[in-house]
Amino acid sequence: MGRNIHFEIFRYNPQDTASIPRMQTYFLEETINMTLFIALTRLREEQDPSLVFDFCCRAGICGSCAMVINGRPGLACQTQIKNMPGHISLHPLPVFKIIGDLSVDTGVWFREMYRKTESWIHTRAEVDPTLEEARMDNAVAEEIYELERCIECGCCIAACGTANLRPDFMGAAALNRIARFMIDPRDERSEREYFDIIGTDFGIFGCMGLLACEDVCPKQLPLQDQLGFLRRKMGFAALRQIFKTSRPA
Amino acid sequence: MQVQSHYSDLLVIGAGLSGERAAAEAAAKGFSVIVLSIVPARRSHSSAAQGGMQASLGNSVMGEGDSPDVHFADTVKGSDWGCDQECARLFANGAPIEMRRLAAWGVPWNRVVAGRSVYFKGGEKFEKEEKKEKEGLITARAFGGTAKWRTCYTSDGTGHAVMCTMDNRCAELGITVLDRKDAVALIHDGMACTGAVVRCMRTGVLEEFRAKATVIATGGLGRLYKATTNAVICDGGGHIIALDTGVAPIGNPEAIQFHPTGIVPTDILVTEGCRGDGGTLLDVDQKRFMHIYEPEKAELASRDVVSRRMTEHMLAGKGVPSPYGEHLWLDIRHLGDRHISTKLREVDEICRHFLGVDPRKQLIPVRPTQHYAMAGIRTNKDGAVYGLKGLFSVGEAACWDMHGFNRLGGNSLAETVVAGGIVGAKIVEFLQGNEVAFSTAHARDALRKTEERVNSVATCANGRENVYAVREEMQQALMDGCFVFRNEADLQQCVARLQKTLDRARRVGLVSDGKGVCHELYSALRIEGQVKLALMIAKGALERKESRGSHNREDYSARDDKDWLNRTLAYWREGADMPELLYEDASPVFELPPGERGYGGGRIIPADPAWVAARTIK
Repeated sequence: MGRNIHFEIFRYNPQDTASIPRMQTYFLEETINMTLFIALTRLREEQDPSLVFDFCCRAGICGSCAMVINGRPGLACQTQIKNMPGHISLHPLPVFKIIGDLSVDTGVWFREMYRKTESWIHTRAEVDPTLEEARMDNAVAEEIYELERCIECGCCIAACGTANLRPDFMGAAALNRIARFMIDPRDERSEREYFDIIGTDFGIFGCMGLLACEDVCPKQLPLQDQLGFLRRKMGFAALRQIFKTSRPA
Repeated sequence: MQVQSHYSDLLVIGAGLSGERAAAEAAAKGFSVIVLSIVPARRSHSSAAQGGMQASLGNSVMGEGDSPDVHFADTVKGSDWGCDQECARLFANGAPIEMRRLAAWGVPWNRVVAGRSVYFKGGEKFEKEEKKEKEGLITARAFGGTAKWRTCYTSDGTGHAVMCTMDNRCAELGITVLDRKDAVALIHDGMACTGAVVRCMRTGVLEEFRAKATVIATGGLGRLYKATTNAVICDGGGHIIALDTGVAPIGNPEAIQFHPTGIVPTDILVTEGCRGDGGTLLDVDQKRFMHIYEPEKAELASRDVVSRRMTEHMLAGKGVPSPYGEHLWLDIRHLGDRHISTKLREVDEICRHFLGVDPRKQLIPVRPTQHYAMAGIRTNKDGAVYGLKGLFSVGEAACWDMHGFNRLGGNSLAETVVAGGIVGAKIVEFLQGNEVAFSTAHARDALRKTEERVNSVATCANGRENVYAVREEMQQALMDGCFVFRNEADLQQCVARLQKTLDRARRVGLVSDGKGVCHELYSALRIEGQVKLALMIAKGALERKESRGSHNREDYSARDDKDWLNRTLAYWREGADMPELLYEDASPVFELPPGERGYGGGRIIPADPAWVAARTIK
């Protein structure tokens, strides 16, 4: 027989004016290879169908199920109960708007991020796809994919000191997105254009370097390196601009 | 009640690859497009596809001599001649062009690296040398059922990478993509479709979305089965709103694919790329067995064949016992750390996170698991749904039908974008050539019916059946009676069980209050339609008295081209308790006349040669 796991789960329904944020207690017997996906699904189906949380792929690929697990942002589907103490507390991610209980609105946040970063290839080239494709070094393709692995779960934003203080801070996910396009030879944006997007306190210069983003990233993206890379690049860009504007006309 | 009403030229239900690809095509031509999705677009199940997209670019040395003709032939053989050959041809011709288009839009495809490198096949080591003149072009890997290395990929996150690019493209085009929107009914008058009634999953409020054209691109229906590799959102939602109209048919409902390598337990998929890259299947004695059944292709036969051989081998007492039932082993240890850490990284992560297994040193427990529906909303080659003007369908949700009774690995992910582009262009033609009159009466009618359904389940007006218990019964019925191997007695029992389950589904009532974001209500609004869909699968399988592709009848083991070279069309007429099954020819023409697949074995009862000759084209 497995352990009797004690869950404490944050409950709040913003649609219901009578709802007050609170913690609710549940118990569930542990079974072999149980993950938080299995546990929460069972709680909803066997004990409390009003419980709100998000799962989609349940395989650590889609990023739907990020939540604060015993004080740390992470993916619930990848969390194995056997690696956890017998008392598990679950909260929704901070920073994002709450939808209900453990579910937060990452969708709207990230769509706004695509708009802010102009998260697409900027090019004047007219490509005829019936002709042979432009060549690319395989190593470059792999480097781009390395940064494209972000699953937009929101853990890095929830764990970020700056984002928790200032809701308009872009956060590691957005800065990583910019880095992804900067190293892509197909994107023709100039340093100046990138600077206009992230060269502020809401962008790269707002980062306090606490680096919780990298610690909690479930995909182990090299966020520390990317933030360093962008800070150096944008720092030099700023100096060049100061130098240019202070030059006599 | 004040209802929020939205209007667009095109309404796309489902923001996975096929939906967004069609949306991008229409938006680029200046039409207003709204895309709805249950989850944020990038979380769509397209993103879970690890392996790649088949396209005959032929850049890799292992793909030399490849062409759309070879790809077409592989696809038709893979389908066991069940596909519509016109669609298979459109697909094979369009795939290389679409891969290049995606490259221009931003997909970081892996590229040809010139020089010597080693690869594995059937556990043995081989060497190949890529050519200098092809360096930097889009490369490919091997997949099951293909004559050439043809599968374009980005590491083992192809679906994810292409999904990012496609969603970026939609953002660039300014398309309105709304997540947490669940389409629960179509607005139609029995002749034409003019939008959908949608439940907002942020507030629980019903809204109406009206459009000149509507596309269902909601993906698969794997969650009808207990053991599936599919995400929890792949629950047949789009199929249900189509069949609920009473006039739109589900094509080949019995054509369901089982993937050879779902892990045990949790049923998460590990990619076919494992076997494509040289991984092997082992039995309880840790011995290879696929080459005994399939000397030519061994582990790389098509999915239906590998799943069938695995099941046969387990029935022969060679399975590995476990608390979750019998399984076999997947062995990728010999591929080495570097290969596993880069090319099969997602596999490595899945093994570590969900099994606690290190695939460099340990074996992976696998068994056949529901994976894909060739079944879908039947459309013509333009993607237009039979029976309702202005309604289209594309991707896994559709039975466009390039897959017939078995689809090849890498062909469905490629289909999402290739067919998405083709159907998108046909929608543009439709929008350019048609004006639509909107009837407020039909919209109000659809909305009122949905409100009544919501109220009756929330107040338990029809009963107090538990939605999760009913769903469990449906899933178990399909697992027991309509899985890899099928026979008359089990299918009859399955149908009878599902008829009882349908009755229970109609008496579902909520335990919770159903207010706001209520998942129980979401499930309750689907359950009756899910059981109807399950009945279509079981009834279609019961009536099809032959074995073809993934449809394996123990009591009718031959492929019967004389009587069954056709496609099932399953309708659920208004007020009916059982589906009505009609049949149409599998393909209007044959470019490749029915013949041997070259793997899988089995007897073929030939079609009338004069009939075949009359429909064969050059």
